[in-house]
Amino acid sequence: MSTEALRRLTATELTLFLRDKVGPVFGLAFPVVLLSVFGNLDFFTDPAHGIDGVPLLRVYVPILVCFVIAMLSLNTIPPTLAGYREQGVLRRLRTTPVGPARVLVAQLAICTGTAVVAVALLLGVARVFFDVPLPAALVAFVVTALFAVLALVGLGLLVAAAAPTGKAANAVGSVLFYVLTFCAGLWLPLAAMPTTLRHVSEATPLGAAVQALTQATQGDWPSPGRLALLAGYAVVGLVLGVRLFRWE
Amino acid sequence: MTAVIEVQGLHKRYGDTVAVDDVSFTVDEGEIFGILGPNGAGKTTTVECVEGLRERDGGMVRVLGLDPARDRAELTQQLGVQLQDARLPERLRVDEALDLYRSFYRAPADPDALLEALGLDGARRTQFGKLSGGQRQRLSIALALVGNPRVAVLDELTTGLDPRARREAWRLIADVRARGVTIVLVTHFMEEAERLCDRVAVIDAGRVVIVDSPAALAARAAAELGVERASLEDAFVALTGSGEDDHVD
Repeated sequence: MSTEALRRLTATELTLFLRDKVGPVFGLAFPVVLLSVFGNLDFFTDPAHGIDGVPLLRVYVPILVCFVIAMLSLNTIPPTLAGYREQGVLRRLRTTPVGPARVLVAQLAICTGTAVVAVALLLGVARVFFDVPLPAALVAFVVTALFAVLALVGLGLLVAAAAPTGKAANAVGSVLFYVLTFCAGLWLPLAAMPTTLRHVSEATPLGAAVQALTQATQGDWPSPGRLALLAGYAVVGLVLGVRLFRWE
Repeated sequence: MTAVIEVQGLHKRYGDTVAVDDVSFTVDEGEIFGILGPNGAGKTTTVECVEGLRERDGGMVRVLGLDPARDRAELTQQLGVQLQDARLPERLRVDEALDLYRSFYRAPADPDALLEALGLDGARRTQFGKLSGGQRQRLSIALALVGNPRVAVLDELTTGLDPRARREAWRLIADVRARGVTIVLVTHFMEEAERLCDRVAVIDAGRVVIVDSPAALAARAAAELGVERASLEDAFVALTGSGEDDHVD
């Protein structure tokens, strides 16, 4: 009965996620559009403008992967869950045999699943249309991306747990989104950042993620320190998020 | 008559504020039991302790022999709850909401029959955000009943409804009782209590002032006021409002 309920709940949440369009448009389509714009600019494809001879477009693929992950976990989870709490959706679930905890599970599953699809789509489009090779160490890349998803989903959950209203969650999530994607090099790749800024960025979840993904792109296993940092963020975010989460 | 709900010396505080001081009552099988009281009297907190949504600080509560604080899993199977101001996701359709909620229960009701009985047949594919206030309330009742509960707690069911929708809701509550469901109705509409309830408990400042049938309460008020006929509202005003104008309905 309860697995059936969880299945139902996840299917329903997925329907709502797709119906809402914000997640699919910004999480799935927008990064591909960005990639396509970059891919059509000589500045991004000409190695002469690249970093160490690597065209900027290739530098940007791991950055866009981080962008996708941040978009899904920081701009959908916090407003959805905090909104559910504010509107009494979670409270109503508390009166049923199933309870509201499974909504968290469903949301996290949807976010992770969508992130996987979005990253695969991004790598596919980059490969097929813009001649960007797939990551040389594909397994390492996938593992790192999953670590990054867990770290960011944990942060999203933490924001949802701490924010008093859906609006507040939206605001905090957006600010975090800009700060963290900046640290991932969306506006200025880490390799081009001044040393201090780069060190600071590398300590953030997406800064660490983008560096680890770049290593995997070039065919190396990411440094254990970076993976450990991501795992640490994931554990802290998820554990604290679940413990602090209020249903009402 | 067997008691379906027993509440003995219920006490609940939030920090230093005593929300429910000392509340006792029993609800018999098959009756519609009203809980009346001014705003802030402790009505909602009382039923929340009965539903197991809040942990009581003192006293005893049994619903169908179950302790709401301890036996939540079993209680939620048998107790349907209609909450004050609980919404659903804006884009969730009526039929989707019912399908989802029925999957939570061991022996759910037939959602189609429920939608028909509640007059939501035509709104099946309408999203929650586009439903009228009356439709939302009816959906809320449908969700409270979809698990085939033996007891239903309805909190401020008709608040915010226009007179026509309110009358529809009353007819519905009577129908639900006719199916053998015991109902606890929290309300501050005297007319509603007068029409529907077999017995009412009047709660004021966290205590039960009196439990009796609406007619008996009105008769008492008539005798006390020295008039020929009095309403439940007269009785209510006489029984509560020790603080005079400190509540506005």
